[in-house]
Amino acid sequence: MFRQVAHRLLTRSTTNHSACAAATILRPYSTDVSTDASSGDSAFVEAWKKVAPNIDPPKTPIQFMEPRPPTPSTLPSKLTVNFVLPYAAELSKAEVDMVIVPATTGQMGILPGHVPTIAELKPGLLSVHEGNDVKKYFISSGFAFVHSNSYADILAVEAIPLDRIDPAQVQKGLSEFTQKLNSASTDLDKAEAQIGVDVHSALNSALTG
Amino acid sequence: MAMAALRKEGRRFAPLVSSPNPINAIRSTLAPTEEQVGLGVRSISTQVVRNRMKSVRNIQKITKAMKMVAASKLRAIQVRAENSRGLWQPFTALLGDTPSVNVKKNVIVTISSDKGLCGGINSTSVKISRALHKINSGPDTQCKYVVLGEKGKAQLIRDSKKDIELIMTELQKNFLNYTQVSVLADDILKNVEFDALRIVFNKFQSVVSFLPTTATVLSPEIVERESEAGGKIGDLDSYEIEGGETKSEVLQNLAEFQFSCVMFNAVLENACSEQGARMSAMDSSSRNAGDMLDRLTLTYNRTRQASITTELIEIISGASALEG
Repeated sequence: MFRQVAHRLLTRSTTNHSACAAATILRPYSTDVSTDASSGDSAFVEAWKKVAPNIDPPKTPIQFMEPRPPTPSTLPSKLTVNFVLPYAAELSKAEVDMVIVPATTGQMGILPGHVPTIAELKPGLLSVHEGNDVKKYFISSGFAFVHSNSYADILAVEAIPLDRIDPAQVQKGLSEFTQKLNSASTDLDKAEAQIGVDVHSALNSALTG
Repeated sequence: MAMAALRKEGRRFAPLVSSPNPINAIRSTLAPTEEQVGLGVRSISTQVVRNRMKSVRNIQKITKAMKMVAASKLRAIQVRAENSRGLWQPFTALLGDTPSVNVKKNVIVTISSDKGLCGGINSTSVKISRALHKINSGPDTQCKYVVLGEKGKAQLIRDSKKDIELIMTELQKNFLNYTQVSVLADDILKNVEFDALRIVFNKFQSVVSFLPTTATVLSPEIVERESEAGGKIGDLDSYEIEGGETKSEVLQNLAEFQFSCVMFNAVLENACSEQGARMSAMDSSSRNAGDMLDRLTLTYNRTRQASITTELIEIISGASALEG
């Protein structure tokens, strides 16, 4: 009888909390909320307490981020790459040998020990080299930060692995936008058509090159 | 004669006969029913209690349904919010976090929900925004609001109407995506002059806990100023700038990109918190309704038993009056 009661209690508690449990399944994801780091900016907390002593000060983003490691004294062997998109973290703390990013000034290769850089990216090919493995993505524009501790952050708005791109569509788009560019009248139309042409020709060269 | 007296007092003593304990409660619930029914009618009506029970039961069903809907919406949006968390981290790693920065033109972007019944998250955001406004408004600094969401607008428009620059509502009508948020961010950047943007939102930690958070985005001039002054952004100068004609152009693009990324994450987190808060609010509401229903059921049973007892007493006293 006790076994039955216990079983019933167990099923009842699981069904009651099924909605909550489903929403908070413990799955390991790289973008976890860790209330790590210090208790925030002390000057801010001080100023807050003077103005609103009864309300807890709000948290700030630095409290939710793991602190980055300091610059090592010797050259690290691997580059740690965070490749993030608005809808996913494509690579999170991946240790790789090299990445090649399409900066506005041309393709830029990033190796461990690269000087700290802020690079603006244009639509183009991004390749991640790990040993003999090369992963290629076509990214729309974004930014790339290289820090002195051999951490590279690449942010892009869209990234697609190359094998998902349809070459026929690319050609069609390219001809369409070239036509629009030729027939564009206002500056805004010209700029938009130019952007389309740029993206499609970059896609073209990424597919062929 | 004793029977007649008992009959007259029948209405008053019936509850005593049925249940000796909660006399006061019964008397208070019975009194209105008697008044409604009027003099001369002996049976006590259970209609009022039954109507109340029906309405409470309906409310319980509605709040339970709302909770289920909020739970399913939460599941969908939680995945997206967590995936977008990687987006703002590189900016904080590069530029640090400077909520205590001292600038002339502050703009507070308050993110709130459009729909209500979501607990206290909107009031929390508005309280935090007001306190930030107080911290940052001084003799030579100004502080303006940009409000996203109906509930925040309703609360802030009451006392800070002249400080509100821009109001945007109905964000969640279409599926929230990066394009929409970047258009929004573009709007704000074009129409509002700022030195520092302080975004106030509720960060989703778990289904029952939401942390009010403020993220700070600085304009490129202030970034330059702070990097020259040293401190957190001190080593920005050591970074080589690739691309663009001048450093300031790249920094401008960087600031705009940072704002749209941080906004995207903030909007998603706030939407998550809204659904979570609504879930727990509706859950406690249905639980309250359940408790109320239990109490009303007890009252109903007592009323019913009282009316049966009254009937019995009348019959018995009538019968005994006939006999003797």
